[in-house]
Amino acid sequence: MSAPALRRANTEPRWLRSLLLGLGLGFLFFFLALPLLAVFVEALAAGWPAYRDALSDGETRSAILLTVFVALFVLPFNVVVGVAAAWAIAKFDFRGKSLLITLIDLPFAVSPVVVGLVFLLIFGAQGLFGGWLAAHDVKVVFALPGIVIVTMFITFPFVARELIPLMQAQGKDEEEAAISLGATGWQMFRRVTLPNIRWGLLYGVILANARAMGEFGAVSVVSGHIRGETNTLPLHVEILYNEYNAVGAFASASVLALLALVTLVAKAVVEWHMRRETRMLAAELPPEKAGVVP
Amino acid sequence: MFVTAAYRRQVLPGFGLSLGCTLVYLSLLILLPLSGLAFKASNLTLGEFWAIASGERAMASYRVTFGASVLAATINAVFGLIVAWVLVRYSFPGKRAIDALVDLPFALPTAVAGITLATLYAGNGWIGKHLEPWGIKVAFTPVGIVVALTFIGLPFVVRTLQPVIEDIEPEVEEAAASLGASRLQTFTRVLLPGIFPALLTGFTLAFSRSIGEYGSVIFIAGNMPLISEITPLLIISKLEQYDVIGATALAVVMLLISFVLLLSVNALQWWAANRHSGHGGRGAGRGA
Repeated sequence: MSAPALRRANTEPRWLRSLLLGLGLGFLFFFLALPLLAVFVEALAAGWPAYRDALSDGETRSAILLTVFVALFVLPFNVVVGVAAAWAIAKFDFRGKSLLITLIDLPFAVSPVVVGLVFLLIFGAQGLFGGWLAAHDVKVVFALPGIVIVTMFITFPFVARELIPLMQAQGKDEEEAAISLGATGWQMFRRVTLPNIRWGLLYGVILANARAMGEFGAVSVVSGHIRGETNTLPLHVEILYNEYNAVGAFASASVLALLALVTLVAKAVVEWHMRRETRMLAAELPPEKAGVVP
Repeated sequence: MFVTAAYRRQVLPGFGLSLGCTLVYLSLLILLPLSGLAFKASNLTLGEFWAIASGERAMASYRVTFGASVLAATINAVFGLIVAWVLVRYSFPGKRAIDALVDLPFALPTAVAGITLATLYAGNGWIGKHLEPWGIKVAFTPVGIVVALTFIGLPFVVRTLQPVIEDIEPEVEEAAASLGASRLQTFTRVLLPGIFPALLTGFTLAFSRSIGEYGSVIFIAGNMPLISEITPLLIISKLEQYDVIGATALAVVMLLISFVLLLSVNALQWWAANRHSGHGGRGAGRGA
């Protein structure tokens, strides 16, 4: 068969290509692009001044601050435990490894509402530790600690899930070389492991951050919706929307939508770096080994 | 050169520390709290549990949740396959931006998605006002739930399929074509069987996310008991009526379903990875 004929055989006829392109892009337009656009149009529906006023409102400000604080508090835990989990799973063999990986995935599978309820049952007034906490005047549920704990639960898998396949693909030759040349564990980690996984780590952190700032269901159950105190930005959006304050709700929503856009761009940039490093790695290795690298 | 396997295993430091750290964190944060749910539910006898879990409102909420999730995941499987195919095989302007946009549902907080979709599909919204004259009501009906869940589930299917479609070797299609297969035959007999496990994995991931979804649904659903009330919302309304036991029983039902779905996703990915040795199986859906 001639080359043009083969090329024809390998792709769809022109009319079908146009149809598929139209269907695919049309679907994305209606389900993704239009909602994204609508957030900003609705937020600015009453003009710039109203938008600015909505965002400079004291309760909106404190909701933004709380959301940022929770994310900044939770992310370091995600990084440390995510790296530790990936290190143990990717570089060592032990029994029950696949069970451990499944357990790490668990928070993705559980409904956010169930997550909130679980912590309500433990720390709530009638909960397991409720009496003890009340006696010592410690508030967990309907207070900041509750929000932090459910966010930790929800975002736990992101960093570990990103790093496990990456570190498995990289193998352990480089680290073993460092150790046998006399590096301490910490030196090996800082000079060999961390540079190798930095983009994957950043990728996991970006995803975890987006989820931490945007989580709604689980936080909604444990926060108590106390305005100016335990109201995160997504909860604030809900309250304003239910009060028929559309401009206020969409103004706050637009801040979260901007966060989403920044997340998408940062993600694309990090993916580009990861692909480049993978290509460089593949170029260094002999062909039979290069195939292992994803 | 005489490094034994046992010695090699001990070269790298930090196994005990990293595994211990992971296990303690996992136990304190995830396993103990989840077993607290089972502990609370054990206050109920099996009969009481069954009475709550199979109550009229609960059964209706399962029907709404599962029905809408199956529909949404099916829509995503069809259009997700088209989108993934178009993004891998065709070139068009703005492709990279559009590819990045596919992850929007992972990045956009669910509450924002919820109020936006409700506004778009309401009777006076951009989309709703064109549907209403045809007698199609979306917002505040079960159809609205399907729309919200379709939004939430799309990236799972696309991101699971993309690497698998990228991995298809052109020789396979060329061979089929040179043996006289039409393009349709090549697709249904040669290509589709290869990507089917990934399609099923994407479907299951989207479905299992949809079952538990709350934030994006409650704004558009209308939340009428027995008609458009999803199970997570029923848990919340039981909590608001201080019916903690009722909420717990329903949460146990949902948790069991989540376990089953998680295990089936793992089994599907294992199947996808082992079907063709060395190919596929890399496209595990990530994110939530």
